[in-house]
Amino acid sequence: MSRREFTQAIDFRHGRVDMTHGGGGRAMAHLIEALFVKHFDNALLREQNDGAAFALPPGTGRMVMATDSHVVSPLFFPGGDIGCLSVHGTVNDVAMAGGQPLYLAAAFIIEEGFPLADLERIVVSMARAAREAGVPIVTGDTKVVEQGKGDGVFITTTGIGVAAPGIELSGDRARPGDAILLSGSLGDHGVAIMSARENLALDSDLVSDTAALHRLTAAMLECAPGLRCLRDPTRGGLASVLNEFADQSECGMHLREEAIPVKPQVAAACEILGLDPLYVANEGKLVAICPPEDAERLLACMRAHPQGRDAAIIGEVTADPNHFVQMSTRFGGVRMVDWLTGEQLPRIC
Amino acid sequence: MKYIDEFRDGDLARGLAATIAREVDPARRYRLMEFCGGHTHAISRYGLNDLLPAAIELIHGPGCPVCVLPIGRIDSAIELANRPGLILCSYGDTLRVPASGRLSLIKARAQGADVRMVYSCAEALTIAQQEPEREVVFFAIGFETTTPPTAVVIKQAAALGLKNFSVFSNHVLTPAAMAHIMESAASVSLDGFIGPAHVSTIIGSRPYEAFAERYRRPVVIAGFEPLDVMQSILLLVRQINRGQARVENEFTRAVTPDGNVKAQACVDEVFELRDRFAWRGLGEVAHSALAIRDAYAAYDAERRFDIPMRVVADARACECGAILRGEKHPAQCKAFGTGCTPEHPIGACMVSSEGACAAHYTYGRFRQPAAAPATESKS
Repeated sequence: MSRREFTQAIDFRHGRVDMTHGGGGRAMAHLIEALFVKHFDNALLREQNDGAAFALPPGTGRMVMATDSHVVSPLFFPGGDIGCLSVHGTVNDVAMAGGQPLYLAAAFIIEEGFPLADLERIVVSMARAAREAGVPIVTGDTKVVEQGKGDGVFITTTGIGVAAPGIELSGDRARPGDAILLSGSLGDHGVAIMSARENLALDSDLVSDTAALHRLTAAMLECAPGLRCLRDPTRGGLASVLNEFADQSECGMHLREEAIPVKPQVAAACEILGLDPLYVANEGKLVAICPPEDAERLLACMRAHPQGRDAAIIGEVTADPNHFVQMSTRFGGVRMVDWLTGEQLPRIC
Repeated sequence: MKYIDEFRDGDLARGLAATIAREVDPARRYRLMEFCGGHTHAISRYGLNDLLPAAIELIHGPGCPVCVLPIGRIDSAIELANRPGLILCSYGDTLRVPASGRLSLIKARAQGADVRMVYSCAEALTIAQQEPEREVVFFAIGFETTTPPTAVVIKQAAALGLKNFSVFSNHVLTPAAMAHIMESAASVSLDGFIGPAHVSTIIGSRPYEAFAERYRRPVVIAGFEPLDVMQSILLLVRQINRGQARVENEFTRAVTPDGNVKAQACVDEVFELRDRFAWRGLGEVAHSALAIRDAYAAYDAERRFDIPMRVVADARACECGAILRGEKHPAQCKAFGTGCTPEHPIGACMVSSEGACAAHYTYGRFRQPAAAPATESKS
């Protein structure tokens, strides 16, 4: 396959990234070929042009494009790593706009001295996630920064997809009376990351929920084409998504705490750390808003899908000039679920 | 979640609420102050007000350690942090408290100061061990609950012979502040107190007895779970109805009459009473704070860096003082929700999640603003 001759194989066991790997010369070409092209292997990438050119599938309605940068710390965490996270994150952003993702682009900013073994592990994980999602990584970029100017590796992925004609999802489409659905338990990703951080010795079997959701969204759109809003509650969690919807749609939201699924490990960790699961990040969950008459059908469709097994109807959209998100607590009172203040957990994705 | 869910049970809450509603005298009002921010937070987060009869009014007290920290002390901390080579460590909320000149520790950090957020004071000690060539100061705040760990790290630093670690002590005392509220707030009629939870695990229930007797007000020590608060309200209503003013302990699963004697001894070994200390909102309160004893002077940042005790006036638009004294409800402050929000706090009550303003803003502002507090005394 290679037209170039490289005199020495890259030492992926003990070697480290150095400045030449981002320098545009032979070392960079070698790394791209022996690592990225090898693992991401697909026809478009193999062409090794600066960009990828492709035709759109017939019957395409609108195109969807999304991009996401990943700076998670630590790079490897229970249930995933920055590699698969960077694929899932962008696939999900395309899916939440009603698109079926077609292709991904990936840009790496790598710190000088970063172990090549770790880089390969990340790339292999990305390749597997892309393969499983059926969304090839067709173009990319590699930059190396001096030691101390980065933190291991940052990955930006961009996705492109197509939405079928008639699909119109947007955060401003919620109407009073609409149902609010959640695809599964809250906070798994955030708590898995926290428990992997060294200064918090939480011993838990919890793993991140990082997953691509485009097959779930495709099933949901087929079952309920009148779906109004979709969003994945990543940083800022469920609370932030609902406040965004409420502001965009100029309405209020009312949740029932007892309907919101939270795993006991997550509830316990949040208790210890003083966090609220409503604000903790997820990487494999979505929030949907649909007309009330579609709610039960949509719920059944979600529950029939592996990524929506624990889905629930958690509340409804209300008329509220203040655009407040409120919640009936399990205890019997009502509280607001406000915007997140400050930053709850830095570098969560 | 075992041992937690039991204290958040909705059915039990409704049962208790019915009992409270049955026992209150609808012809009078019950103005109860929860001293601690932990209670304020629980009341707001679980929507307790929705379960209580109209006769009961909960007044938020000054028991939020971040909220009562005076501007002058934050200014001093920022000055410390700006010293070349110095690392200032503190708990997360402290970093956002507004200081003079629109500064805060988090802004000082953005301007280049080395300010680090730690989860425990032990982390600060570890940083001092890892960076022996740099001065490390732990900016210590908090009531009796956080004082023992600070005492422990000072003793550890002494045992290790660390030369680069010191503590800027701002530890304050609960009973002194409670007494101050009763002494100074003649216009405020408080009928009873929900007593501190975690603070009482350290100091025990005994220190409140003199208070209850002197001011003729019942005190019920309560845990931070919502059912604890409901139960303590019921106990207070019963005492008030009978004209009693006793100390009762609802939080018996954690609080004993004598408290944690070992922790008290540790604090006593390292700290001594200050003659006076300025609290935000309350002003100078006698014998209300702790300084580091001479025996540990080497670990006292105030002496090591010659930090003066300075008094800086609170922001004029801010009603934090009246709110901390229980004279005003957060919604009665002109700046609330307009000039002062959790993102851009003017006063400290808007900073910590335990602060009365932040709790009301975050959880309760969909409610109508509370009525003005009564002015005449009823008990």
